[in-house]
Parts: sequence; C-alpha cells; structure tokens
Amino acid sequence: MTPPTTTASPAVDHGHVTVPAHGHAPHGGLSHFLSTYVFSKDHKVIGLQFLFSTLLWFLIGGLLALAVRWQVAWPWSPVPVLGKLFAQEGGQMAPEFYTMLFTMHATVMIFLVIIPILAGAFGNFLIPLMIGADDMAFPTLNMLSYWFMWPAFIAFGASFFVEGGAAAGGWTSYPPLSTNVASSPGSGWGQTLWLLGLTFVGVSSMLGSVNYMTTIILMRAPGMTMFRLPMTIWAMFITAVLQAFALPVLTAAGFMQLADRVFNTGFFSPEGLVVNNLTSGPGGGQPLLWQHLFWFYSHPAVYIMILPAMGMVSDILTCFARKPLFGYRPMVYSIAGIAGLGFIVWGHHMFMSGMNPALGITFMVSTMMIALPSAVKTFNWLGTLWGGRIQFTTSMLFAMSFVSMFIIGGLSGIFMAATPVDIFIHDTYFIVAHFHYVLFAGTAMGVWAAIYFWFPKMFGRTMNEFWGKVHFFLTFIFLNGTFFTMHILGAVGFPRRLADAYHYETFHHLQPMNAFMTWCAIGMVATQIIFAINFVWSMFRGPVAGRNPWNANGLEWTAPSPPGHGNFDYQPIVYRGPYEYSVPGADKDHLMQTDPPNAAAAAAAAAAH
Amino acid sequence: MGKRLAGMFWALVFLAVPVLGVATFAVAPSINVWLPKDVSEHGRQIDSLFYFILVLTGVVFVATEVLLFWFIWKYDAVKQQGPATYIQGSHTLEVVWTIIPAATLLFLAIYQMNAWADVKMRRPAMAPTVEVVARQFEWRLRYPGRDGTLGTADDLFLVNDLHLPIDEDVLIQLKSMDVLHSFFLPHVRIKQDAVPGMKIPVWFKAREEGAFDIVCAELCGWGHYKMKGRVTYESRAKFDAWLERKYAEQEATQPQSEAADVALVR
Ligand SMILES: [Cu+2]
Ligand SMILES: [Cu+2]
Repeated sequence: MTPPTTTASPAVDHGHVTVPAHGHAPHGGLSHFLSTYVFSKDHKVIGLQFLFSTLLWFLIGGLLALAVRWQVAWPWSPVPVLGKLFAQEGGQMAPEFYTMLFTMHATVMIFLVIIPILAGAFGNFLIPLMIGADDMAFPTLNMLSYWFMWPAFIAFGASFFVEGGAAAGGWTSYPPLSTNVASSPGSGWGQTLWLLGLTFVGVSSMLGSVNYMTTIILMRAPGMTMFRLPMTIWAMFITAVLQAFALPVLTAAGFMQLADRVFNTGFFSPEGLVVNNLTSGPGGGQPLLWQHLFWFYSHPAVYIMILPAMGMVSDILTCFARKPLFGYRPMVYSIAGIAGLGFIVWGHHMFMSGMNPALGITFMVSTMMIALPSAVKTFNWLGTLWGGRIQFTTSMLFAMSFVSMFIIGGLSGIFMAATPVDIFIHDTYFIVAHFHYVLFAGTAMGVWAAIYFWFPKMFGRTMNEFWGKVHFFLTFIFLNGTFFTMHILGAVGFPRRLADAYHYETFHHLQPMNAFMTWCAIGMVATQIIFAINFVWSMFRGPVAGRNPWNANGLEWTAPSPPGHGNFDYQPIVYRGPYEYSVPGADKDHLMQTDPPNAAAAAAAAAAH
Repeated sequence: MGKRLAGMFWALVFLAVPVLGVATFAVAPSINVWLPKDVSEHGRQIDSLFYFILVLTGVVFVATEVLLFWFIWKYDAVKQQGPATYIQGSHTLEVVWTIIPAATLLFLAIYQMNAWADVKMRRPAMAPTVEVVARQFEWRLRYPGRDGTLGTADDLFLVNDLHLPIDEDVLIQLKSMDVLHSFFLPHVRIKQDAVPGMKIPVWFKAREEGAFDIVCAELCGWGHYKMKGRVTYESRAKFDAWLERKYAEQEATQPQSEAADVALVR
C-alpha cells in the first residue's frame, strides 16, 4: 500500500528532483524562516498561505453578510457590536452604509474568498502533488501570485476607512453610479481602491493561471496521460484557461473605469448627465459597455468559482463510494463544454438592461444550452453513488450535499434563463437564492469537503470526525433555512439591495420571514466556530495520519503527510487512471495510480470494458 | 447497529431536501408569499411559463433528490456485502441523459420566444402615453398636454404618481437623468432598466383598476430603497378626468413656460 521508503520526515532527501530555492543554504535563522514560511516558493506553503488568508476573509465576508441580514430583517434597529464600530445615531445603520455592506460582502466573498481558495489554495496545493511533480513550473511567479493578493487585501480593507466608506455601487460596479463621484458617497476613494484591489486580484489570478496551465501540460509524472488525470486537475486546468482568456477583458474594463473616474474620460457615461443637480462629464460613452465587458469576465468567473469544486467533489465521491467515477470522459467533456459555452452567455445578466431584445434571445438560447453539461455532470455523480459502498465521513457528507445543493442551484437557473420569467424575477431574491445555492451551498460545501479530505495531507493529521459531522449537519440545516426561503421571497418580487422594503405595500408582510432567515444565517455563521476550533485543534492535536488515511488512489497519497520539499521521496510512475476502486480480482479494494498492472487486474479491466 | 442507524440518519437528512423543498413551495401561496396579483394582459403568459418551469424543474428536482437519497440509503457500506460494483460508465445512459435534457431545454428556449417578443419586441405603433424619467430617488413623469403631443410647452409634469388607462395599450418612454434605475411594476409583470443616454420604450395593457407600487429594481445609490412610486390603473373616462384635473392644477399654480423650465427633463 505504502511506497517502499516510509520515512515520514519532511526533510527527506531526493536525488532525482532539482529543487529550486534550495540553493542558498545556511543563512541564519531569520532569512531561513522568511524563505520557508513567508516568501516561500514551495507550492504547498503558498497553497496554505492562500488557505489561511482566504479563510480569514471568509470570516469577514460572513460577518458582513450578517450585518446585511440584520438590516433586512430589522431595518433601522440598532446593530449589535457593529453599531458601536460605525456609530450612526443610536447605532442604527445609514442606508449608504447598508449599500456598502452588501457591495463589500459580495466583493470579499468572490474576489478574496471563492476564487483564491479554489485556484490559489487547492490549485496550488494539489496540482503538483496530484500530477506527480516536485513543484510548480514557475515557483517564483507562484510566490508572486500570493503576494500580489496583499495589495488587494490592503486596498479592499483600507477602503472601509476612507472618507465616504468602501465601494457602494454593488459588486458589479455599474456606471454611472460607480464612476460619478457625486452619485454616491462610496463612489469616492472607496471605488478607486475597489478598482485597484480588483486589478491586483486579477494580476494574482493571471500569474496563477499561467503557472497551472504550464505545470499541468509539462510536468506530469511518467505515465500520467491527460486522460489519467483526476477530475480535480482537469477542473483546475480548464479554470486556468478560463482565467487566462477572460481576465484581460476585466482588467481593461477596470482601467477604463478608473480613467473615467480619474481623468474624466467618459467611456461609460453619456453626455448631459445631471447627478445630484450637477451636470457632469464630457460624455460620449455608454453605460451598457461596462456591463458587456464586466460580464464577459464575470460570467466565466461563475465557472471559475464552481468547476474546481466540481472536480474535487468528483474525486471525494469516488473515494468514499469505493467506486470508479461514472463516465470519466463525459465528465471531462462537460467541463470543457461549460467552459466553451461560458464565453457566450454573459448577456443573460443584461436581459433587462436595455440591450437589444433580439440579442437577448440568442443569449437565452445559449444559456439554456449551458444547463446541459451541468445536468450531465449531476447524472454522472448519481451514477457514481449507484452500486457504491458509501462511507459516511464528514468529507463525503459535504461532497454529497454539494450534489444535492447544486441540483437546486442548477434548476433555479432555468427560471432566470427564461427571458419572460426573468422580467419578473430579475434583481429579486430569486436570483439571490440561485447564486447562493451555487456558490455557498455548492462551492463552499465542496471546499469544506476538500478541507476535511486533504487536511491530513496538508498537516499530517486528520480532523475530528464527530465535530466535523456536527459542523456539517448544522451548516446544512441553517443554509437551507436561510437560502431556500429566498426562492419564494423572489416569487413575490422582493427586490435585492433594498435597505428597507417594508414600506412597499407589495412587500410589507414579508418581515417575519426575513427575520427567520436572519436567525438561520446567524446560526450558520455561529456554526463555523465549531469548524474553526476543529481546524486549529486538529492541526496540532488531531490523530496522526499516515500517507493514505482514506485508502484513496491518487498520487498525492503516495507522498508523505505532509510532503516535504520536493513532494515525493521517489519518482512516481503512473500505470492507471485515478479511480481504480473495487477492481474485480485485485487483492485490495483500491489500486493506486502507481500500482503496476498485474495479470488479474488487467484481465478484469478488459472484461469490464 | 449504531453504524447502520447513522447511515439511515444521513440518508434521511438528504431526503428532507425534496420533502421540505416541495412543502415550502406548496405552502407559500397560502401564506401569501407568492406571485402578486397580475392585472396585465401579457402577465398570464409570464406566469404560466413560470408555472410550467416550476413543474418541470420540480419533477427533476424531486426525481434526482429522491434518487440521491435512495442511493445513500441503499449503498451504505455497512449494509452492503462485498465490494462496490465496478463500472466505469454507460454509453447508452450518457446518450439518454444528454439527449432528453437537450431536447427539453431546446423546446423551452423556443417555446418562450413568443412571450418575450410580445413584451419587449412587438412595440405598438402609437405615440407615448407618458414619459417616465428616473432620477435619484424619484420617478418624474411627463404627460402630453392638451395638445396631445409630448415635448411641447403645455406638457404636464408630475412626480411618483403615475396614472394609466386600462383595456388599451399604453406606451411609456423610459429615460434616466443620472444613474441606472429599473422601472419595476410587479403587478403587470414589467421590468425595464432606465439607462442614461437611452430612450427605452415600455408597453403593456392593464386589465383591472387598482393602485399598486412602482419599485426601483436597480441599485441607484443610498436612497434606492425609497425610490417608490404609485401607479393607478383606471378606466379611460376616469383617466381623462384625472388628466383634466391635473392640467387645471398645473395651470393654476404656474404659467406654462415656467413649468417646462422647472422639470429638468430633456
Ligand atoms: Cu452568468
Ligand atoms: Cu434604484
């Protein structure tokens, strides 16, 4: 089961790999500490740096969400804790503060949590380990991709404290609200810092994506053909391609918006605007241009925010069902299909924008069709569980809940794709329900599955299963209490982003329901205390894990836990695909990718085809 | 034994998803958390499409979630003897579950085009009934004056108090003075962003009298939440009488030329 040498020491010597950054040896304590833990070029350290940073921002984003929910449930009532920090009269929040809260909640969650935790944390940690490489192709670029996040952290973080507060134009930053300083307090320095932060996140993502593509193409272990790659790696690869092609557009658009604000260029503003009784700007621009450019990136970004989770969940489901992935190739092709179609559906965010309604029809058709690969993936996950031997680990529970929740998020998308229905539910809580089912109930649950699954590889210890299950159960209950109810709220037409909707006759009876949802949201965030304690405690006190605590068959499980610098203590050679569980005739219930073929297994594999 | 119960417990947790999901939608209309009353001509197309998709996705939702529950229940490693079924996939199944959803989605795409065209593409040939100009944070209205044409000195200017006749097409010319807004009339299933620099036509036909909310559905700044208007649908006779009253009020308070200056509407 375990490879020949079983020295668990991280400082294993490995003659066959050239380890960059190992050259400058004795330099004294501080510089060694800096190069090992701070400015490290080791993909695992960088992955963990991403993980810790994004988990901290996850907490901040969650607290911002609670503040948003507080106002929605009990408008204008004094905010506990936060009210003292940003004191308005009597601790109640001002409406401009509310707009800032939901803008920054989305910004933090999307740009500082979901995108970097998937690609940055798991992409970095897993890619070299799962393809059998000693590190990334460009370790220095890799280090920079993490450190370019810091200017972004600082820009977004500092923007809360500048005059006018942080950006308040929504995470979509639609001009002229975002470009015209007179239109909103958050459109001052806050918006400029927002654009700078966004640019740095983009630089970081771009550095990462170039690295991932190169590494996956060039640095696979001998025998690791493309169609022997685990789904995690396929997903990371295609995500990197999406990033590389979509990001330049957002970056350019960001600079154009910055120019509109700083140099008064007017790319996105028509002439003759009268904002706040002030005539402003030379004009000559078009607000819809920003929306096209923004969504050209941000729709593919939706897949950047889910594909890696889909990949990781596929690997976890197979491991704990002890079964090969159902339909490996269709799964790969559907990810590729999602990525391709993902570039021609952005207009579905703009059905009500004033865009040519005939163009809306084309985007509607392409959007309907992009539901197809997602459906295929769901059916294949179900096929994977069928006939399996399910082990109820915490990781598996999260992975199965990903499937369950993704079904909801996928199906609710069809309502918005249907243009006539979208007329009514566009910008209501229906869409809020939809994307939280995809991004929280989907991606975040997938990320938790991945954390519980790869934690032993990261820290050499397993997390506590009992508290893991408590964490899962409470999160699962509370998330549905919070988000499922949003669907029917959306059916009333309850609009998003309103600081107080109850003065509308149409919506005034919805306050009790919103209060219920807020209590669930509070429960959901509070539950994460269990996770945080389990995480930190298990890092130091959890039961020591061997190389392969789950009896999984990927390459990462042949390396020591945690792997030392250079990852593998011998050169892995790949003989088979990543999902050889319960192979008939084999002498154990899983064959590692490195297990050489023997006659019995080969015969059985041939018979199964 | 305890392990068997644990597996059953988790399976039931997953079964709760379709059970409570369907229950939520079943109860919603009876507690009035559901589609608001529709008083428009085209709204029934939108609502019936909503219900159609609800049934379609509802069936898929229940089927897949129950299947997921059943697999979790049945294939618990503790309950089952021997190794898992070693199967890599099924070409036939892949074809089936690609073709059927593809055909369904394509049908759905084609089926809805007509409703969309009615609301957004088949604009009635008529002069605008009223011009709605959004600005932070109110709806400015401009009706044609006694001369019946919009854009002349005798136009009628109002704020947030929209009146429209029923049983006939109305055409609204939608504009914005400053930032994006969205003109949302929940009870006639109308939503359209107001975009500075664009003149966007909005049309519909109301069937019933009544007064309802105008909601702004696109973030437009700190006061977005309070950008509320009222729309009153009334018979042609009542509408004409109301217009007449408003003409008189405007003429009494100010000379015509001044009225045009006051409203910062181009
Ligand atoms: Cu999209
Ligand atoms: Cu508004």
